[in-house]
Amino acid sequence: MPSTAEVKERIERALPGATATVTDLTGGGDHLRAEVVYAGFSGLSRIQQHRLVYDVFEGEIGGEIHALSLKTEIPSFAATKENDG
Amino acid sequence: MDNEQIRDEIKRAIDEERVMLFMKGTPDMPRCGFSARVSQILNASGVEYAAMDILPDPRIREELSGLSGWPTIPQLFVGGELVGGCDIVTEMFESGELAETLGTGRPQGAEAASGEQPSRPEAPRGAPAQSPPLQIE
Repeated sequence: MPSTAEVKERIERALPGATATVTDLTGGGDHLRAEVVYAGFSGLSRIQQHRLVYDVFEGEIGGEIHALSLKTEIPSFAATKENDG
Repeated sequence: MDNEQIRDEIKRAIDEERVMLFMKGTPDMPRCGFSARVSQILNASGVEYAAMDILPDPRIREELSGLSGWPTIPQLFVGGELVGGCDIVTEMFESGELAETLGTGRPQGAEAASGEQPSRPEAPRGAPAQSPPLQIE
């Protein structure tokens, strides 16, 4: 079962410049929550944002990782740009 | 029932039911906290929806995830499109976007049709940056 540190590292490696905060919701290591801030989410729907993160763990969610709860965010500098005007 | 029949049944449900929830258990007896939360949100939204329990046969989940490209359960579809799982549906419910997607409430501070829904401020509080821009002409 991947540790929270490992999950964080894998997300950050797959999404360059992303910051992931990973917590273990139950203490059992199989219900994890990741909050991911990534400029590359800009312009994507939530579904697409979550898919980017899920894709890092293809095949493991529902298996090794029973549940990975996600919250995705765009860093504020990117959001400001997007909403400008 | 072979896999193809299962896949066809899932496709039919997604295409024909305007609001379709795939979950563990049933709305009356959910078998997972995440599925329970999404069905409670739909109940609270007052929308009519159909639900399919994925537990009776493991192939239902395999075929569903194959079709949707989404690994987890529950999965909510509206108008044939995947809206999301528990995290996304919860976030959208809290921001008011879900009512828009479901067509159950009027955004932009219009009085909610049902008296029990508090009227929302113009912009949803704490709306994340990826919210669609407010409709400013």
